[in-house]
Order: sequence, then C-alpha cells, then structure tokens
Amino acid sequence: MSYVPHTKEEVEEMLKVIGVSSIEELFKDIGPALRPKSFNLPEGKSEFEVKEHLERLSLKNNTSVINFVGGGFYDHYIPSVVDALASRSEFYTSYTPYQPECSQGILQAMYEYQTAICTLTDMDVSNASLYDGGTALCEAVMMSLRITERNKIIIDGGINPIYKNMLFSYTTNLPIDLIKISPHIGQTKRDEIYRHLDEKTAAVILQNPNFFGTIDDHSDIVERAHSLGALVIESVYPISLGLIKTPGSMDVDIVTGEGQSLGIPLSFGGPYLGFLACKREFLRKMPGRIVGETVDKEGKRGFVLTLQTREQHIRRQKATSNICTNSALCALRAVIFLSILGKNGLTELSKLNYEKSEFTKDLLKNTPGVKVINSPTFNEFTVFLKRNANEVVNNMIDKGIAAGLPLGRFYKGMENYLLIAVTEKRKKEEILRFSEVLNDAINL
Amino acid sequence: MRLIFEKGIRGRFGIKIPRSDVPAKEMPERYKRAKWPSLPEISELDVVRHFTRLSQLNFSIDTNFYPLGSCTMKYNPKFTEQIERFSGFSSLHPLFSCVSEGTVQGALEVIYETERLLCEITGMDEFTTQPLAGAHGELTGLLLVAAFHKYERNKKKYVIVPDSSHGTNPASVSTCGYETVVIPTDKHGCMDLKIYKERLNEDTAAVMLTCPNTLGIFNPDIKEVCDLAHSVGAFMYYDGANLNAIMGRCRPGDIGFDIVHLNPHKTFSTPHGGGGPGAGPVGVKGEISNFLPIPRIIKIEDVFTLEHDRPNSIGYISPFFGNFSVILKTYAYIMFLGKEGLISVSEHAVLNANYLRARLKDYYDLPYDKICMHECVFSASRQAKNGIRALDIAKYLIDKGFHPPTIYFPTIVKEALMIEPTETESKETLDDFISAMIEIAKLAEENPETLKDAPLTTPVKRLDEVKAAREPKLRWEG
Repeated sequence: MSYVPHTKEEVEEMLKVIGVSSIEELFKDIGPALRPKSFNLPEGKSEFEVKEHLERLSLKNNTSVINFVGGGFYDHYIPSVVDALASRSEFYTSYTPYQPECSQGILQAMYEYQTAICTLTDMDVSNASLYDGGTALCEAVMMSLRITERNKIIIDGGINPIYKNMLFSYTTNLPIDLIKISPHIGQTKRDEIYRHLDEKTAAVILQNPNFFGTIDDHSDIVERAHSLGALVIESVYPISLGLIKTPGSMDVDIVTGEGQSLGIPLSFGGPYLGFLACKREFLRKMPGRIVGETVDKEGKRGFVLTLQTREQHIRRQKATSNICTNSALCALRAVIFLSILGKNGLTELSKLNYEKSEFTKDLLKNTPGVKVINSPTFNEFTVFLKRNANEVVNNMIDKGIAAGLPLGRFYKGMENYLLIAVTEKRKKEEILRFSEVLNDAINL
Repeated sequence: MRLIFEKGIRGRFGIKIPRSDVPAKEMPERYKRAKWPSLPEISELDVVRHFTRLSQLNFSIDTNFYPLGSCTMKYNPKFTEQIERFSGFSSLHPLFSCVSEGTVQGALEVIYETERLLCEITGMDEFTTQPLAGAHGELTGLLLVAAFHKYERNKKKYVIVPDSSHGTNPASVSTCGYETVVIPTDKHGCMDLKIYKERLNEDTAAVMLTCPNTLGIFNPDIKEVCDLAHSVGAFMYYDGANLNAIMGRCRPGDIGFDIVHLNPHKTFSTPHGGGGPGAGPVGVKGEISNFLPIPRIIKIEDVFTLEHDRPNSIGYISPFFGNFSVILKTYAYIMFLGKEGLISVSEHAVLNANYLRARLKDYYDLPYDKICMHECVFSASRQAKNGIRALDIAKYLIDKGFHPPTIYFPTIVKEALMIEPTETESKETLDDFISAMIEIAKLAEENPETLKDAPLTTPVKRLDEVKAAREPKLRWEG
C-alpha cells in the first residue's frame, strides 16, 4: 500500500490503452547504464509503527522545561482556533492560487494577511509571505540595492547574529559592501552608524527590539539616512508592536520580521513566516507573491495574484527574487491569530509580556551575582552573570529550567552574558522559582 | 464574501488574555505606539465561521483532482500531520540546540536519519536539510558551486539552463551572481545537444537540469550531458522537482549529477499549504560536502552533536535546520512507504501520466509525441484556431470540478497544458477528467462560445487581472 489505488486489472487495462506490455517499458529511456547502483531502503512500515517510532523520538527531546529562551523565536500561547482553522485541508492541501476563481479562499485570506501586516507595522503594502525572518531580511537588502542602485549596507550591532550570518552567506558573490557595526546591548550607537552612512549607502539595517532586547526610537537615524538618499530596513518582532512604536511611524522604508510569534509553533526551527512590508513607492521592487483586489466580469469583488511580472515564472533571470513556494499556511495562521486577538487582545498580550519581563528584571536586579544591563526593553533582556552563562544554563536545565540563551555562543567575550525572554506564558511562581534556581546556580 | 476587517464591532473581544499576576507597569511614553493597529474586533465564533467559509471557496487535493503540472499534487497522508503535533517536536525551541544538545536528541536523530535516506534515494554522499523551499535549495546549490570554484580559484561566469527549465532556475542563478546561458530544446523535447556543446566552455560554472524535464521527458543522453560538463570543470545540478518520476529507476548521483535539491512537498507528499511551506534539502557528492551549510549534524557513538567548525562552509542559509516539520513528515512518509512503496509511487505516477497522454492525444496536439514520465504537456493550438485558448479550457475544467493543469508553461509550448496526475489518483478519476477534456475538445469545435463563459459555478466569475495590476489595491483601507 503506497496510497496507490490501482488494481492489477486496472494496470493491465491502462497499459493496453497506452500500447505497452509492462510498466517497465515506460521507463525505456532510462537505459541500463543509467540504472541505480543501489536502492537500499528499509521495508515499509504501518502507520501505527511509524507513529510509535516517532513518538519515541519526540520523547527524547526535552520540552517539559520552563522556557526563558527567546533570541528571536518565542514561546507564546497559540489559541486552539488557530490549529483548528489552519487544519482545514481545503487550505493546506491546495497550492499557490494560480487559478483565482477556485482559490478565492486562500486569496482572500492572504489579502487579509497583507492588511493585518500593514496595520501592525504601519506600512503601506505587504507581500503574501517569505520563508522566514532571516531570508526576508536578505530579500529586503536585495530590494534596497535595486531601489537605490547603490551597494553599501550598514548592519547595526543589534541585528540578530543568525540573520547577520545568513546575510553574509547570501551575498558573498554579489558586488556589495557589508559594514558590520560591533554588537551593542543598548540602543543603537548613532555615531557608529553615522561614521559609515554616506551617499554610497543603499540601506541601514536596524532591529527593534534589538537582539539583546533593547527597544529604541529610530526616527533620528531614519531622517539622517533619508537626507543622504539611503533607505532604512527594520526587522521587527510582531508581538511587541501591540505596544511599541511602529516602524511606519518612524518613516522606515522596508520592514521585515519573523512571524513565528503569531500563532506558529516553535517546531525546532520551522516552518516559520517571513514578512516583508514597505512604502507604496517600492511596490514593484518587492519579492514574492502579492494578492490584489479586483472585480469579476459582473463587477463583483474578487482577489488574484498580481504584479506577477516581477516574479521568476514570468521574468526568469530578471525577476526580483527566485522565490516560488512561500509560507502561505503560516501566513494563514498569523492572520487567524491576529483576528482572534483583535485590536484589544494584541495590546493586552503585548502589555502582559512587557509586565512579566519587567517583573523578572526587577527580581534579578536584587539577585547577587547578576547584573541586569540597563536599557529599555520589551519582553527580553540581557544580564551579566558572575559565572560562565553556559555552565549556569546547563546546571539549570537539570532543574527543569531553560534559563535563556548564553551569548558566548554568538559573541566572543560575552561568555558571561545571558539573554532572557519572558512571555505571557511564564507564571509568577515560575519566575520566582527561576530567580531562586539562578541564584543557586550562580552562587554555588 | 466580506473581509474579516469589515466584520465585528468596536469593543468586542475574540479571546481571553490571562489576568496579570505581576504588578502593572507602563512603558515609557517615548517608546509607545501612538495609534492602535486596526485589527478586527470579532468573536471567536465569527472568526471560526469566517475562515471555515473561506476554506470552502478553495479547490484542494482533499476535495478535487488537482493535476497541476510540475507541482506533484498527490494525496497528503493524515498521520504525518499528527506526528508534527507531538509536543516533543512542536514545542521544541530551536535554540535549545545551542543551550544543551541533550535536550534535542530526538529532533537531531530525525534530521540525521532523513539525510541518510535522501542520500540513498538520490545516490548522493551528503545532504543538508537547511534550505527552506525548492528555489532556496537551488540558491544553496549554486552557492556551493560558487564556493567550490572560488576555493579552487576557477574563474567561472555562467550557468547553463535549458529553455524548458523552471523560472526559479535562472532567477536563482542571478541571485547567486552568475549569468544564465539558455539552451533551446530539440525536436525530441530534450536540451539541444549540439548547441549545448557549442555554448559549454571553461567559463561554465554549472549546468542546471530537471530530469525528466518540464515536458515530462527523460533525456536518454543525460550521461553525455554530464560527462561534457565535467570535462570543462562544470558541476551538474539536478533540480529535483520531478523526482516523483524516477524513484528506484534512476538516481541522479549515479548518472553524474553532483548536486541535487529535492522538493519534499512534491515527492514526499508534505502538504503545499496554499503556496507553502515546502522544503528544499540539498544533496552533494564528494568534495562539495566540505562546503555544506553549518551546523552539520554528526553522530558520535549514539549521540548526535552539532559541528559548527567547518572552515570551507558557505555558512548559514537558514536560521536552524530548515523547515523541521516538513523534514519530519518526509521521514515519516519514507518510513511508511519503504523501498517497495517508493518504487510503486514512481511506477504509477508514470503509468497515470501515460494513460492520460494516450487517451487525450487524439483530441489535443501533443508537441512531443512519445512515452512521457510523470507528466505530459499538450498544446491547445488546435482549439486556439477556434478561439479557444488554454485559459478557456482551464476555466471550464473548474466548472467540471477539476483543478486545471498548469497552463502556458513550459513557455516553449504554445498554449501549453501541463498535466501531472500523480500516482494517488484512481483510474475512475482519470476517466472522468478525460471525459471532461474530450467534451471541451468537442465544444471547441462545435460551440466554442460556451467555453468562454466558464467558470459559472465559482463564487466569482472570471476576474479582471489587468485591472488588479494597473490599479494595485493590496490591502483593505476601511
């Protein structure tokens, strides 16, 4: 059984219609010299056996710890509605809506998703998703090169180091000058940016909240960049936007981000959701699918994929991007999540994250051996420990707590720094226990 | 149907946020958002009705035959969806891999074992699961090509692709900083060998091919194509979009391909999700493995560990290990089917495509009239003489309850109808589809006007795509 419904008789009948005597004959273009040297795969198993095997493997992962790890990917609660609706197989077993009349469901949902991303970020237009926050940032950089016809990119020190690494891998063969500002826990160092910002600069990349959790008002940097004809790209964390200043209100040109926090499970790294929104004037330089509103021949509203002459299936080597398959199902989850939360829910959720994190911060300020780095933050912040953060975290895992992300893993010289995320899921007693266990682990 | 933004009323809540158990605190004004986002204010039931109704406006594999050529729209097993939801997988934070490898052993094992299976299926030495979609796999593959040539100090400029290739191929070439050289298709539907020989030279970095190609044709001279590329120091890149045709009959690694990407959302039946997510794992042979993205998962005795220190690596191509859930479903699918199952998949995919080809070729032009692999490409040029274009045929098929085939691709076929039935469709379904196609062919002769009105059964009639592009309206503005 391989989900193949054919009976032996049907196969015979079909072969006869085709005019061959065996299935093998259909493969005659694959000559003897082209046949496999081996195809040594295990025998098939039943559904029950496969599930049992994978359940066993899933239990080898430790997900029962109390989680304070963030780093751009967050443990938020996912309302049941999200799974229930995104599991409608009319959505998940369809594909890119090339035929709009029989794909109005996904098209309208993507149009709503685009609207939700625009209102969340205060931007004019959004595409219908990219793979993840990192590739979205890479695409935004490519977009800025096309718009400005310049080739210098300034990467602020607060950019997620994972994304920074991806950006270097992506652009290694392109004539592009990537300037890295050294990592900085606090707000963006204006003087460092301005030292490099000039009339050759295509874009400055900022992140808010930055990788270390610090929030900032980047309006002054945007203004300065614009005065030199450079763009500003900002990577954002959507849950924070229920509370903090939007990139649109700071006049940012291109906004990207990781949408995982919008109802998408952590799933060990994916699939996630890359979003990209920009000012209307840059619309035709955008990568990816875009859904637009139109009318049918009777004047009734409907939705279609539009501006497709930007895309690879039409423009081939001159396309704005090579992307084809995107992250539509995750975008669907995001728009369901934002709809069920609504205006009030998102703001409350955002506030709750902020308050829990502030509470944790205050608690740790009084913990000996812990120095909370002083900067305004949203739901994640950096501390300096008097011991190696990696050792502390490993010690705490055994006590049922994932204490945060040791920053030595990403930055030489930051071995004693720990990045701590506190989402709405962390209860007061868990936070209290966290501070106790941390205290024990540091002051062993 | 009204937009979700057009529903609801001010002050209505859809969800209960937990009561705060910590002291209230205000964020400093200067960092605060000035205006709330205009998200819907709507009840949970209304959200459920809205998206449930939207889902009902969609054709999908679970509701309709979906022979969208090149996309391999086969049945997506349900049990793999359940596996994805095991909380040991779904709630696993990817950065736990940095925090303590002991907490992620099960997930690393899944990836490691999947890589081994994909190596055996394709005849490659190593695989990476990092790329997030087919086109992302192409880019990764080309970055590997570029890294190798740079390391060897080879001066390379071009990547060769046939004119029948997927649009992603040349687009990925540009993204990687190479130039595309296009080779036309010969009268047998294969890349023109003579022109290929003329254009192939020491400046060629790689040759990208799908095999079988987008016409559904397996190039019998593929080995020669590979040998020629190797003779000028170019790599052979295999676009695995069409692997569903050849499992167990041929392995790209055995016939001279150096790099492959696969599309698990096609061959290994992970759902297409209305446009994504997919995945694009990349396999390589020999020395290219030194350049694979980091981290690599290695197995030391029975423990899986991450190796970051690979000086020649192209670096990070995605944040973690790729689309893990998609890889997980791939693993489950391969385990379920096993060797015999996978062989049967390709046999029946090819059988179904040829059955359609044989039954329809009297009614539609077949530009390359020979045995095909997993898909066949017809041309509606005969119908076009009566004013009926591929588009009209597609729209009428919708009224008959079938998702249309891919149309106008490959671009080298006029009025192309690219049909990929896949192995999971029964003979009855194919016969119903064939009847509809024959009916259309007859209508095109006798009463072409009826086809022009289609579709009539859908929530909207034919949409004005020109208007959508000329006056882009891309969001609700209230």
